[in-house]
Amino acid sequence: MTTVESTVDERVAPNSLTNRLIVRPEIGALIGALVVFVFFSIFADKFLTMGGVATWLDDSATLGIMAVAVALLMIGGEFDLSAGVMTGSTALVTAMLATKAGMNVWLAMLLSLVFALGVGALNGWLVVRTGLPSFIVTLGTFLALQGLNLGITRLVTNSVQVSGMRRTGGYESSGFVFASTFNIGDTAFRISIIWWIGFAALAAWILVRTKFGNWIFAVGGSAPSARAVGVPVARTKILLFMTTAAAAWLVGSINILRYTTAQANEGIGLEFQYIIAAVIGGCLLTGGFGSAVGAAIGALIFGMARQGIVFANWNSDWFMLFLGIMLLAAVLVNNTFRRRAERVRR
Amino acid sequence: MTALIEVTDVGKSYGSVIALRDVSTVVNAGEVTCVLGDNGAGKSTLIKILSGVHQHDSGQFFVDGKLVKFGSPREALDAGIATVHQDLAVVPLMSVWRNFFLGSEPTLGFGPLQRLDRRRGRQIAKESLADMGIDLRDVEQPVGTLSGGERQCVAIARAIYFGAKVIILDEPTAALGVKQSGVVLRYVAQARDRGLGVVLITHNPRHAYPVGTRFLLLKRGMSLGSFEKSEISIEELTRQMAGGAELEALEHELREVTN
Repeated sequence: MTTVESTVDERVAPNSLTNRLIVRPEIGALIGALVVFVFFSIFADKFLTMGGVATWLDDSATLGIMAVAVALLMIGGEFDLSAGVMTGSTALVTAMLATKAGMNVWLAMLLSLVFALGVGALNGWLVVRTGLPSFIVTLGTFLALQGLNLGITRLVTNSVQVSGMRRTGGYESSGFVFASTFNIGDTAFRISIIWWIGFAALAAWILVRTKFGNWIFAVGGSAPSARAVGVPVARTKILLFMTTAAAAWLVGSINILRYTTAQANEGIGLEFQYIIAAVIGGCLLTGGFGSAVGAAIGALIFGMARQGIVFANWNSDWFMLFLGIMLLAAVLVNNTFRRRAERVRR
Repeated sequence: MTALIEVTDVGKSYGSVIALRDVSTVVNAGEVTCVLGDNGAGKSTLIKILSGVHQHDSGQFFVDGKLVKFGSPREALDAGIATVHQDLAVVPLMSVWRNFFLGSEPTLGFGPLQRLDRRRGRQIAKESLADMGIDLRDVEQPVGTLSGGERQCVAIARAIYFGAKVIILDEPTAALGVKQSGVVLRYVAQARDRGLGVVLITHNPRHAYPVGTRFLLLKRGMSLGSFEKSEISIEELTRQMAGGAELEALEHELREVTN
C-alpha cells in the first residue's frame, strides 16, 4: 500500500504546480489583455483618458455579452452560427411590434424574447435529435434568419430598416434600463458595460459553482459518459442554445433602444467574433473546457485592440492581422492544455 | 446466507440468435465471481441482463433472494448493482471530484441559490479514494492526468460511495498494461475484502484466477460450468477457455507485453 501512495504523490506534486497555472483557462487571455492594454497605453494618446476607456469598454460590452453565452455553449460542445444574426432578428421583431403594431416597447421586447427562446430551443432540439453537428444545423438557421430579416423587413416597410422607436410607448423606461449612460466624473459610460459585467459574473458563477455548470462541462467533455451517469444531456444542450438566443435578445434590445433604428442586415458576420473572443478566452473548440470570465476578457482584448488602433491613427486594416495572430496564439495555448489533460497513461 | 445475486438457467435471444442459454451462477458478499469467455461467448449479454440494460427471456434472476426483472439500468442501480463499463463514464477534462459526483452532485441552498457543496464534494472524493488505497493530494486535477488504473479506481470508488452492494466490472484490464492491470486487480480484491460482491468480466484467466472466488466459463452462449476456486486450477481454466490452443494464450501474453 505504501508503494502506491508514494508513487502517486511523486507524480502529483510536480504536476499540480504547473497545472495550477495552466488549469485556469483565462490565464492566457488575462496576460494577453494586459499586453494589449500596456501596448496601446504607450502608443495611443487618448487610450488611457476617461473618454478613451469609455469607448473601448462600450465596444467590448455587447460583444462580451455574446462571447460569454457562446463560451457556455462551446464548453457544452456546440456552436451557434445563428448567434450574430439573432441580435438583428430580435431587434427587428421588437422594432416592428413597437412601431408597426403599436405595442408598448416592454411587451414587444417580451414577445421578441419568446421568439428568441423559440429559435434557440429549435436549434438545440434539432442538434440533439438528429445528432448532426451544430455547425451545420445553426448554419441553416443562420441563413434562414438572414433571409427572414431581409424579406419581412422589406415586405413591411418597403426598405431595409425599421425606424421610429423614439415615438413608441415605453421607450423612455426601457431605454433607461438597456441603453442609458451613467457618469463617472465627467465621462458618460454605457449601461451595456454593467450588463456585460453582470452577465459574465452570473455565467461564471453558474459554470463553476452549480450543478448545471458541472453538467455543461460534462456534456461538452464527453456526452456518452455524462449520459451514463444520469446527466440530462439533451436538456442541458437545449438550455445552452436558449441561453445564447436570450443573450442575443439582450444585445438586440440594447442596440435597438440605443440607435432607435434596426437594419435588416444587422449582426451578420458577428457570430465568428463571438467564437473568436470565446477561444481567446480559453474555450476549446472541441468542448469541455473554457471559462466565462475568459470569454469576457477575450471580448475586452477585442474592444481594446479595435479602438486602440483607431486612437493610434493607424489604418483599421491592421486589426484583422492582429486578430488572426491573437487567435492562433490562443488556439496553440489551448491545444497544449488539452493534450496535457487528455494524455492517457497506461 | 442469501446470495446478493443468483441466476438460474437464464437465457436471452435476439430474434433468432440465441445469445445466452441456461447460465447459472451466484454472487455472494465478499466474493469475486469471474465471468470468463472469448469474444462472442455471451459475457456482455449476461452483464447487460444483470445491469438492467436488457431483460432475460428465460430462467430466474434473484437479488437478495427476491425474484427480479430490471426495466432499466436505473432500477438495477437502485437495487445496489452498479456497473463500471469499459469506457468508465468519466470526463477526462473534468477534475477528479467533479467526475466522482457527476450526475449526483452535493448541493447547498435552495431554488436559484442552489449551488455545489464543493468542500464536501472534494472531501468525500478524497476520502473514498483514500479508502481504496489511492491517496491523491489534489482532487482538483483532471481525471485525464490519472493513469488508466487510477481512473478505474475512481469509477469503482464512485460506485461504492453511491451505495452499490454488487459491482460489475466489464473488462477492467482490457485496455491496460501489465502493471496497471495489477493495480486494478488490487482494487478488486480491496472491494471484495470490504464485503462487496464483485462480478469481474475478463478474457484473461491470469487476471481472474488470483482474485476470483468462483469462475463462470462461457462459450458460444453456453455455460461450461461455474467452478469454485478449489475445483479448478489455472491451467485447467486456461485450457477450458482456449479450447486447448496454447498458441492463443501465448499470443495473448505477447500482446500484453507489447502494450
